[in-house]
Amino acid sequence: MFGRLTWDSIQTHDPFLFMATIGMPIVVIALIVVLAYFKKWGYLWREWFTTVDHKKIGFMYIVLGLVMMLRGFVDAIMMRAQQAVAEGANHGYLTADHFSQIFSAHGTIMIIFAAMPIFIGLMNIAVPLQIGARDVAFPALNSVSLWLTIAASLLVMVSLSIGDFSTAGWTGIAPYFEKQYSPDSGVDYWTWALQLSGVGTTLTGINFFVTIIKMRAPGLKLMRMPLFTWTALTTNALIVLSFPALTVALLLLTLDRYLGMNFFTNLLGGNVMLYNNIFWMWGHPEVYIVILPAFGIFSEVVATFSRKQIFGYHSLVYATAVIMILSFTVWLHHFFTMGNSVDVNIAFGIATMLIAIPTGVKVFDWLFTMYRGKINFSTPMYWLVAFLVMFVIGGMTGVLMAIPPIDYLVHNSVFLVAHFHNMLIPGALFGYFAGLIYWFPKIFGFKLDERWGKVSFWGWAIGFPTAFFPLYVLGFMGMPRRMYHYDNPAWQPLLIVAGIGTAIIAGAFVAMAIQAYVSVRNRKKNVDLTGDPWNGRTLEWSIPSPPPVYNFAVIPTVEGRDSFWAEKEKGTAYKRPEKYSDIHMPKNVPYGVWIGIAAFFFGFAMIWYMWWLAILGLVGAITTVIIAANNDENEYVIPAEEVKKIEDAHYERLAAAGGKQHE
Amino acid sequence: MNNEANLHLAAEAHQSENKLFGFWIYLMSDLIIFAVLFATFATMATSFAGGPGPKQLFNLPYLFVETMFLLISSWTYGLSMISLQNQKKNAVLSLLAVTFLLGLGFVVMEVTEFHQLILDGNGPDRSSFLSAFFTLVGTHGLHVSFGLLWMVVLMVQVAKKGLTAGVRSRLMRLSLFWHFLDVIWVGVFTFVYLLGMV
Repeated sequence: MFGRLTWDSIQTHDPFLFMATIGMPIVVIALIVVLAYFKKWGYLWREWFTTVDHKKIGFMYIVLGLVMMLRGFVDAIMMRAQQAVAEGANHGYLTADHFSQIFSAHGTIMIIFAAMPIFIGLMNIAVPLQIGARDVAFPALNSVSLWLTIAASLLVMVSLSIGDFSTAGWTGIAPYFEKQYSPDSGVDYWTWALQLSGVGTTLTGINFFVTIIKMRAPGLKLMRMPLFTWTALTTNALIVLSFPALTVALLLLTLDRYLGMNFFTNLLGGNVMLYNNIFWMWGHPEVYIVILPAFGIFSEVVATFSRKQIFGYHSLVYATAVIMILSFTVWLHHFFTMGNSVDVNIAFGIATMLIAIPTGVKVFDWLFTMYRGKINFSTPMYWLVAFLVMFVIGGMTGVLMAIPPIDYLVHNSVFLVAHFHNMLIPGALFGYFAGLIYWFPKIFGFKLDERWGKVSFWGWAIGFPTAFFPLYVLGFMGMPRRMYHYDNPAWQPLLIVAGIGTAIIAGAFVAMAIQAYVSVRNRKKNVDLTGDPWNGRTLEWSIPSPPPVYNFAVIPTVEGRDSFWAEKEKGTAYKRPEKYSDIHMPKNVPYGVWIGIAAFFFGFAMIWYMWWLAILGLVGAITTVIIAANNDENEYVIPAEEVKKIEDAHYERLAAAGGKQHE
Repeated sequence: MNNEANLHLAAEAHQSENKLFGFWIYLMSDLIIFAVLFATFATMATSFAGGPGPKQLFNLPYLFVETMFLLISSWTYGLSMISLQNQKKNAVLSLLAVTFLLGLGFVVMEVTEFHQLILDGNGPDRSSFLSAFFTLVGTHGLHVSFGLLWMVVLMVQVAKKGLTAGVRSRLMRLSLFWHFLDVIWVGVFTFVYLLGMV
C-alpha cells in the first residue's frame, strides 16, 4: 500500500530536520485554519488558484520563487556555518550525509525553484504588457505550468521531512546516483522534482514563444520590440530547445534506477560520460536562460533611468541572439578534465571565450546609455551599477577557466563555486531585484520604499563580495568544493570571512522584508496614479497601474521603438479612443490545479514505489487534459459599457494627477 | 452577419492558428527528445556486454509488416483530413477508425516484439545496447499510444459535436502529430533496425 514508505522514513533523528518535520505541518495546518476562519478559501480559489490572468500567474510565480529562495538561502547559511567551524578536531554540527543533502538541495532550489520562477514571473507580468497583448497565447496552459512548478517545489520541501534529498549534487554525479550506490529516496526526489518542473517550464517556453511571435500589437515589428521582450524570446527558444535534453537525461537515469537499465552505470556497457554530455547540453543553456532575462531587465532599466534611448539597440539584439546560439556550443567546458582529446577541449575552450565578446558588447552598450544621460539614481540603477562591476569580474574568472590547462588546476575547487556565484548573483539575481522594483508599481499601483531598498542593496553589495571573493583565494589554495570538514588551518580564516559575508546578506534579506512592510504601510504616499511612475518608454507604462484585467482597452498601434515615449514627446499619449468594443477574455479554469495535484501525487508515489497511487495520479492528469480538450466555452465577454466605465475612472485619476506629471 | 460576429470569427481563426504554431514548436521540442535518444543509441550501438546484437534479435520481415501498418495509417489519416475539407462527417469518422486500427496493430506488434525479447532474457537490463534500444523504440511506441488515445477522444468529439471549428483545429494538430511519428519511425527503422543488420 505504501510502497517503501515506512514510519522510519519520517525524519526525527536529526535536530534540524526534526524541526522541519514538526514545523512544516504546523505552519500548513495553521495557514489552512486561518484562511478558513477568515473565509478566504473561496476567494483564493476563484481569484488566484484558477486564474488564467498572466499578471496574477506572474505574481504567484514570483512569490513561489521568493519563498524557495529563502529556503535555499537557509541551506547556504548552514553550509557556511559548517565550513567556518569544521576544521581539524572540530567536526562542526552537520554530518557528512546531511551536508551533502544541503548542497544538493541548495543548487537545485536556487536554479530551478528560485531563479526560474522569479524570471518566469517577471516575464508573465511584463511581456504581454510590453507587446500590447491582452493575455498570453495559451492562458490555461500557463496555469498548468505554474501548478506543475508548485507541485515540484512541494516535492523538494517534503523531502525535508519524509526521506532524504539527493546527496549527488544539483547536477547529479554518475554513477554515484545510480541505485547501486544511492538506493534511498534522495535521488528520486531530485529526479522527479526536476522532471515535473521541467515539463512546466517547457510548456511556458512554448507559450511565450508563440505569444511573442504571434500576439504583438500591429506595427510592433521584431526590431521595435523592447529589449526585455527580445531576451524573453531568445530565452524561450533556449527553453524549448534545451529542456528536452534534461528530460532525456533524467528519463534515462529513472530507467536505470527503476527498471535496472544500464545507461550511466559502470556495468554491462553503461557509459558514465554520456550523462555529463546530455545533462550539460541542457545545463549550459540553462545558465543563459536565467541570465538573459536579467540582461533584458537591465536594458529597460538603464534606458528608463538615464532618460535616453538605449545605446546600440541593434547590437544588443544581435548580441543576445549570438549568446543564445553560442550557449549550445560550450557544454563540454563543464568537464574538461573528463579525458576528452586535446583538440576537443581546445575547440570548446575557444567557443567559451567567444561568449565574452557579445557579453562585452552589452556591457559597453549599457555604459554608453548612461554616458551623458540624465540619470535618476533610483534603486534599480544601484543594482545595475553593482551588476556591471561585479559581473565583469565574474566574467574574467570565467575566461580564465575556459583555458583547459587552467581548468585542470581549479576544476571542482571553490574557485569554481566563486565563479558561478559571481555570474548568477549579480548576473541573474541583481537583475531580478531591479525588475521586481521596476515593475512592482505596475502590478500593485504603488512604488516600493526607496530607503529600505537601498539598505538591502548595500547589504548585498558588501555581503556578496565578502562571502564569495575569499573562495577565489581558497580555490587557489587548493580547497575542493563540497567539503563538510577539512584539516587545513590556513583555510579557516577565509571561510570565517565568507561566513560573515553570508550573515551580511542575511541582513539584506531582512531589509528587503522591512522594505516590503514599509512600502505597504506607506502605499498612499508612493501611489502611482498615472500608470507611469518612472517616466517609462514602453507600452506597459501607457496603461493604468494596476492594469485592468484586459490590459489594453484598445489594442495600440505601434509606430517605432520606445513608442510610449515617442507619444509623450509628441503629446499624443493618453488620447481617449473614440469608442470601446466588447472584449473577449479567457475564463478561469481549474485544470491547472487539478493537474498540479495529480502531478504531485504521481511524483510522490513514484519516489516511494506506491504504484497504485502513481497510476491514479497519471490517470488523473490525463483525464483532466481530456476534460479540458472538451471544453469549448472558454471565453467570456466584457461589454463595451463596462470597459468604458473602467477606462473613464482611469482618465479621472489621470486628470487628478495631471499637475504632478513628470517634469 | 454583423461586424461583431465577424470579429469574433476572426479571433477564433487567429486562436486556432496560434495553437497550430504552438503545436509545431512543441513538435520541435519533442524532436530534440528523439534526437538525444538517437544520439544515446548511437553511443551504445555496440555495447552488447557479451549479449546478443541486432542480427540475433531482429526479424526484418516482421518489422516490415509493422512499419507498413504505421505508414498506411498515415495515409488513411490524410484521407480523413481530405474528408474533413469536404465536410463529410461519416467519412472522417470511418477513416479515423481505420487509422486507429492500423495504429493499434503497430503498437500490438511492437509490444509482442518487446515481450518476446524479454521472455528470451534479452530485456532492457541485459546490456546498454538493449537499454538504448528499448528506450528509443519504446518512447516512440508510447507516443503512438498517446496518439491513439487522443484519436479516440477526437472521434467521440466528432460524433458528438460534429465538425466544429474547435474539433477541426484539434484534428489538424493530431494530424501533425501522427505524421511526425511516422517520420520518427522512418529514422528508427533505418538507424536501429536496417543499419543494425548490416
